[in-house]
Amino acid sequence: MSKNKNDVSRRKVLKGAAAGLITAGVAPTIFTKGAWAQEYRNEPKGSSVVLGFNVPQTGPYADEGADELRAYKLAVEHLNGEGDGGMLNTFSSKALKGNGILGKKVEYVTGDTQTKSDAARASARSMIEKDGAIMITGGSSSGVAVAVQALCQEAGVIFMAGLTHSNDTTGKDRKANGFRHFFNSYMTGAALAPVLKNAYGADRKAFHLTADYNWGYTTEEAVRTSTEAIGWETVGTILTPLTQTDFSSYIAQVLQSDADVLVLNHYGGNMVNSLTNAVQFGLRDRVVNGKQFEIVVPLYSRLMAKGAGENVKGIFGSTNWHWSLQDEGSKAFVKSFGTKYGFPPSQAAHTCYVQAILYADAVERAGTFNPCGVVEALEGFDFDGLGNGPTHYRAEDHQCFKDVLVVKGKENPESEFDLLEIVEVTPVDQVIYPPNHPMFGGDDVSLVGACNTGV
Amino acid sequence: MEAIILQIMNGLDKGSAYALIALGLTLIFGTLGVVNFAHGALFMIGAFCAVTLNKILNLGYVTIDPTQTDFLGNPLKVKIPYVYNIFGENIGNIIIDWSVPLAILITIPIMVIIGVIMERGLIRHFYKRPHADQILVTFGLAIVLQEIIKYFYGANPIPTPAPEAFSGTFDFGKMIGLKAHSIIYPYWRMIYFIFAAVIITAIFVFLKFTTFGMVVRAGMVDRETVEILGINIDKRFTIMFGIAAAVAGLAGLMYAPIISPNYHMGMDFLVISFVVVVVGGMGSLPGAVLAGFLLGMLESFASMSVVLNILPGLNQIIVYLVAIIILLVRPRGLMGRKGVMED
Repeated sequence: MSKNKNDVSRRKVLKGAAAGLITAGVAPTIFTKGAWAQEYRNEPKGSSVVLGFNVPQTGPYADEGADELRAYKLAVEHLNGEGDGGMLNTFSSKALKGNGILGKKVEYVTGDTQTKSDAARASARSMIEKDGAIMITGGSSSGVAVAVQALCQEAGVIFMAGLTHSNDTTGKDRKANGFRHFFNSYMTGAALAPVLKNAYGADRKAFHLTADYNWGYTTEEAVRTSTEAIGWETVGTILTPLTQTDFSSYIAQVLQSDADVLVLNHYGGNMVNSLTNAVQFGLRDRVVNGKQFEIVVPLYSRLMAKGAGENVKGIFGSTNWHWSLQDEGSKAFVKSFGTKYGFPPSQAAHTCYVQAILYADAVERAGTFNPCGVVEALEGFDFDGLGNGPTHYRAEDHQCFKDVLVVKGKENPESEFDLLEIVEVTPVDQVIYPPNHPMFGGDDVSLVGACNTGV
Repeated sequence: MEAIILQIMNGLDKGSAYALIALGLTLIFGTLGVVNFAHGALFMIGAFCAVTLNKILNLGYVTIDPTQTDFLGNPLKVKIPYVYNIFGENIGNIIIDWSVPLAILITIPIMVIIGVIMERGLIRHFYKRPHADQILVTFGLAIVLQEIIKYFYGANPIPTPAPEAFSGTFDFGKMIGLKAHSIIYPYWRMIYFIFAAVIITAIFVFLKFTTFGMVVRAGMVDRETVEILGINIDKRFTIMFGIAAAVAGLAGLMYAPIISPNYHMGMDFLVISFVVVVVGGMGSLPGAVLAGFLLGMLESFASMSVVLNILPGLNQIIVYLVAIIILLVRPRGLMGRKGVMED
């Protein structure tokens, strides 16, 4: 007797309904799988703890990502008591003992962000779910930072951002589980404006070329606001496609305007090409309105500046950290990194190293890997000895506040690494802002919300 | 007026690069029937020929300068290029300074060899396969080539300046009788445009007035008949592939001072060059050149703020918008022939 496969018996219906109820009501969601027996997601039970380093290993920022990874490996060595200890020797907090974190040996896994938000989320998710990473850190783009930070909040792990400069990371997209050591667009504007006023005067006409994405918008807004506050007039702004390689048609419009300053709100390859094109068109040799024409690059990176070669000479910008700083923390880090790898670290490497150390220290002080304990330990934390002078991790938005470096392309470099010189260390008081500042989402995002343990 | 002239010049300059790449693409498609997605990578390799020669010329021996220290406080290691020893410091510096034009001498043979190896070693196995297979294999090859370059040279752009004598600007406005300093243009961009015009002319003259070129053109129209006449057309087409690779390489090499070479620059140009080929008409050499300059200029005009104020974002879509319109009005492109890719 054949049985019609479309036959539906009462028993089948009951079985199916029961299975459905179990699946819907009891089965784990993607980020709570396997977490029932834990107090928090990926609670380390054995003798080791896994950190997830999510950096661009392919794509246009792969070199910056490689430097971040070098710094993380160095941090792991130092946390485990190997090597010369680096900045652990100069760090004001003495909670870390060089025996791992809470006595557990630090291990790591790596992911490739590809500088794409979806790829970065996928690699972070994989490290959390498959490798049991308790914390995710790294990255070289604000888009990636915002995307991965949101994922970590949802997953219930800590996110220690790498190189991300957009206001939004700790502004309208801030999250309780996310922390940023790197400075931001607002701070760049606030630090640069007084230096520009001293160097070029208050009567200037600026033209902005801005990369057409989130970081470009926030940087233009910050630099425009701060330069207009010192008396500069903004005579033109153009959004340039992120994929643009030849900027000649935009530079031509700067030439045809009465601007006497060009602000390049570009980073990476965009910055290298737009600056190269601007110099090719003789902008730096021009005299407009009776003044020498000047170019400003708000966010500098030594790795990127190298790509622009001689064109960076004499051009002002800002940076989070530079290897030539002479404080004890910076010297210890440069020595440790330089001895191991043969060249000085980049600002991306520095911020990543510091973030790894700060996370480990927070766990030690909290006495737990529980993300909510770590958040509590980091919020409002004051520290020194990590290369930027006295620094404060603000509780309201999880942004670090410290002095900001204003730099200039060096006229007579003494080596291939000697591309930037520090012209001013802007005190933190000059770059601080309230957490509900309009550029950071205003009152809508005045609080970071509740931390998530992932269970 | 000055703004428009300046944008025309920028468009011609940008169009020169598009036209050179599209010309090579069309030569390969017209002769071998292959849609070569690795052509952008050849442009990039050309630029890296300049980078490589610059690095070779800068090779040297290390001496210690006890009066200076490095970033770790150790005595500074100073590299003295070997060319200083051979030619003296002054001439050595001039040779290093002229590394981009000098690289033409190595780029042509290198690119021809790469082109011939690519065609004989890989692409010829896909002649009878569907276009989709050809696109997949050449696209894969492009990724392999750019990853090889990234492995050796890193992901960051590498500055490759023009010779000092050509790194400045000239007063084009004054030259054409306008107000002094009203149109300032970089020497090297003008050189690039002239260089592209010479290469394009040379290719057309070669195809039009030499026996080799005549046979190739005959083969492009009717391959079977040419073969029946006892001519080894495969060999000639392989050489044409090498020539197309050399054209792409030279286009990239001379572009190196305009944008610092990086491993991805080929892909940036490839997509737009394919649009140029399609707009010009698949298989049409004059069409590729015409469309290259046309789209270069349209792209420049669409970047003007007066245009962007009316149509924001037009600079990002203009090339594709024009391609859609032209293909709707003239489905075979501006100068396309009937029957090409229509079977």
